[in-house]
Amino acid sequence: MVPVTDAPGADTPPIVVRGGTVVDATGERRADLLVVGDRLAAVGPDLEVPSGARLVEAGGCVVAPGLVDLHTHLRQPGAEEAETIETGARAAALGGYCAVVAMPNTDPPVDSAAVAADVLALGRKAVCRVEVAGAITVGRAGERLAPMGELAALGVRLFTDDGAGVQDAGVMRRALEYARGLESRGLPVVLGQHCETDSLTAGGVMHEGAWSSRLGVPGAPAESEELMVARDIALVRLTGGRVHFLHLSTARSLAMVAAAKAEGLAVTAEVTPHHLTLADEELAGYDPIYKVNPPLRTAADAAGVRRACAAGVVDAVATDHAPHPPEAKATTLQDAAPGMLGLETALAVTLDALTGATAAPAMALGAVLGLLSWGPARIAGLAVDQGGDQGGPLVAGAPANLFVFDPEERWEVDPARLASRSRNTPWAGRTLRGRVRHTVWRGEPVVVDGEAQR
Amino acid sequence: MSGAPLGAGRHLLSVADLGAEGIEEVLRVADAFVEVGRRPIPKVPALRGRTVVTLFAEESTRTRLSFETAARRLSADVMSCPMAGSSVKKGESLRDTVETVNAMGVDAFVVRHPSAGAPAQVAQWVDAAVVNAGDGWHEHPTQALLDCYTIRQVLAERAGTDPASAGTAGFRGLKVAVVGDVRHSRVARSLVWALGALGARTTVVAPGSLVPTSFDDWPLEAVTHDLDAVLGDVDVCYLLRLQLERGAGAYLPSVREYTSAYGLTARRAALLGEGAVVMHPGPMNRGVEIADDVAELPASTVLRQVRNGVAVRMAVLFLLLGSGGAVEDPAAGGAGD
Repeated sequence: MVPVTDAPGADTPPIVVRGGTVVDATGERRADLLVVGDRLAAVGPDLEVPSGARLVEAGGCVVAPGLVDLHTHLRQPGAEEAETIETGARAAALGGYCAVVAMPNTDPPVDSAAVAADVLALGRKAVCRVEVAGAITVGRAGERLAPMGELAALGVRLFTDDGAGVQDAGVMRRALEYARGLESRGLPVVLGQHCETDSLTAGGVMHEGAWSSRLGVPGAPAESEELMVARDIALVRLTGGRVHFLHLSTARSLAMVAAAKAEGLAVTAEVTPHHLTLADEELAGYDPIYKVNPPLRTAADAAGVRRACAAGVVDAVATDHAPHPPEAKATTLQDAAPGMLGLETALAVTLDALTGATAAPAMALGAVLGLLSWGPARIAGLAVDQGGDQGGPLVAGAPANLFVFDPEERWEVDPARLASRSRNTPWAGRTLRGRVRHTVWRGEPVVVDGEAQR
Repeated sequence: MSGAPLGAGRHLLSVADLGAEGIEEVLRVADAFVEVGRRPIPKVPALRGRTVVTLFAEESTRTRLSFETAARRLSADVMSCPMAGSSVKKGESLRDTVETVNAMGVDAFVVRHPSAGAPAQVAQWVDAAVVNAGDGWHEHPTQALLDCYTIRQVLAERAGTDPASAGTAGFRGLKVAVVGDVRHSRVARSLVWALGALGARTTVVAPGSLVPTSFDDWPLEAVTHDLDAVLGDVDVCYLLRLQLERGAGAYLPSVREYTSAYGLTARRAALLGEGAVVMHPGPMNRGVEIADDVAELPASTVLRQVRNGVAVRMAVLFLLLGSGGAVEDPAAGGAGD
C-alpha cells in the first residue's frame, strides 16, 4: 500500500481506477480513470498505468461521481456522543459520499456566523466535503430571521429550521423575500422546509392511520405535512422565492410538487431511502428503531414516493442520517428520539427501491445516481457549473470526486461495524445489495476496499 | 417457563393474541378461582415460590391492588415497583429498571405504562412472563377478560344455568354498545377484540372527535354517533370513562354537552330493553358518563366487575406461571396448609 498523506490531494501519487463502468450525467461507458492531484487527468479505455501510480481495481463495478447528501445530522456541536463531524464524514465516505450538508439543529444551533464557521473549520479535517446549512430563524424558534446574509457570506447555501417547520406563514414569507434579495447580491440561497404543521402532529409518534389506530399510538397525519407543502407552494407563488422540500413522505405531497413544477414555480424536493422502502406497519412491534420524523407512512405512500422518483418529480434522495445514542432508543416508543442512520446504507437501499422488484417503474441506474449525486449537488450549490466540485461528469480535467461500487455484492448490515458513532439503523441484520468499494475525494483514496483510510 | 400455554404465547400483551379458545380457557380457570374467593381463607398454593412484580409507570391503585391480591391468593411472592417515582427521576431508563428487577429473579412482570407497546418491549428484554396491565391507548387485556367473565356470569344467571357449562356460546350474536372516548381507550381496544373473537356484535358509539382515525379490520358491527338510536336494541351497554384528567375535555365543547348526548341518564336508561346490562370499567365519573341513580340500578355490574377482576387475574397468572398439569384443578390444595 502506498502511504496516504493527511492533506487531501496534496502529494498523493497518481491513481488509476481500472476496469470499471463509468456512469454519470452524460451516460455510461467502459473507462479507466487517471487521477493526478485533485483532478482527473485522463478518462478512457485501457489507460496506461504510470510508474508509481496506485491501482484501484474497479472490475465489475460502477464508477460514478461522488454522492452528495443534502440532509445529514452530524450532531456537532452539542451531541458528540451520537456523532461528530469526523465520524459522520467517515460514514459518508464509506457510503460513497464526497459531500454532505450538515443540518443546523445542533446545540447551539447554526444560527450565527460563529457557529457556522466552527462547523466548517472542523469539516475541513474530515474525509469528505462538509457544508453546513443555516437556520432560517434564530434558535430555530420560528420567530425572528437568523442572520442569513452573514451566513451566506461564509458559503452557506441552504437554510432550514429542520427538526421543525417554520409554523408562521408570515415569517416564512419574510424569509423567502429576504432570500430573494440575497440572491440578487450574488448569494444564491435556498430555503429548505421541514413540512410539519405542529398543531396537527402534537404528541404524534407514528403515521396516523389504520396501524396507529389499532396499536393505540398517537398519530401524525399525512395532512400535517401536506398542509405545509401547499402553504409553501403558495408562498413561493407570492414571493417568487425558492423552496426545497425536505424529506417528503406522502404521495399527495409529491403530487403537489409536480403541479407546482408544472406551473414553473421554483420548488425542489428530496425523499429519504427509508420513506421509499419502509411503511408504518413496521411499528407493529413497537420497536423505537422505526420511529422517525416524518413518520414511516403507508405502503401506498412509499409506492407513491417511488413513482414520483421515476416520474422525475423528485430532485434528490437525501439520507436524513440521524444518529442517536443507544439510550435514546432503548426506551418506549413515546419517549424514544426520532431518527435513523442512513449514510452507510443509502446507496443499496435506494438502488433496491428504485431499480428492484418493487420499483414502479424501474429506473435506469444513471437516473438513480442522479438523485444521489448531481441532483442534490445542484440544490446545494456545489455543482461544477455553479463553481463547485460535486456531481459533475467524470471527464479529463474534472475534480476527482468519485466512488466505486459493486452493484451486485450482497452484504449483511452489522450495526457494530458501522463507522457512525451510533447504531440506530433499521437495516440491522438485513441483507442489502450494492456495496461501496472505494471512494476518492479530491484525489485522495479515502475508502479502499470498503475500509476508511483515515 | 413452565406455564400452560395462554393462547399462543407465554405473555399476555394483547387480547387479540388469545383468540376465542384462549379467552374461554381463562374464563374456565377463573370459575375455579371465583370459588376460591368464597372460601374463609381465599388462598391456594398454586404459585408458591414464584415471584410476581407489578411495574406501574402510571398510578392505578385499583388495577395494581387487583393484580397483587390475585398473586397473593395464589401464594406468589409479590414485589411492587412504582416506576412513576424514584428510578425514573434518577434518570434510569425503563430498560435498565426492568433488567435490574429481572436480575433479582422474577417469574412475571405485570406492566402498566403510559406508552403503548411498553409491555411488548419489556417482553423483549426479560425472560419472565409479561402481563399487560394497560399500555397507553393500546390495550388492557385483563379488563376485557374480566368484562367477558362478568357478561358470561350475568347471562348464565338470567338463563338459570351454570356459567361453567354455558361456555361462551352466549356471546354469539350478543349486541354490545361501547360508548365514549374510544379514541383514547385501551379498555375499548381490548374489549372490541375480545368480543369480536367470541362472536358478539359490537357497535361503537362516540362523539366524532373521540373515534379513532381508522377502524380498518376492527371486528365491529357499526360505528355511530347517536346513542339514543342504539339503546333500545342492545344487550350490553358498556360505558367508557371520560378521562378528563388526561385532556379528553379538549376534544369536546363541554362535559355538559357530552353528558347530554352520551351520558347514561335515567331517561336514557329507560330506553334500554328489559334485561340489558350496564357496565363500566371504573372509576366512574358519576353525573358525566353515568348518572348516579343509574350506577346503582340492579342492571349495573360495576362492583361485580371489580370482584371478578381478582379471579380473572388469578387465572391469567396461573396459566402463565402454574405447572401445566394443574390446569385440571387449579384450586386444589386449599388454604389449610
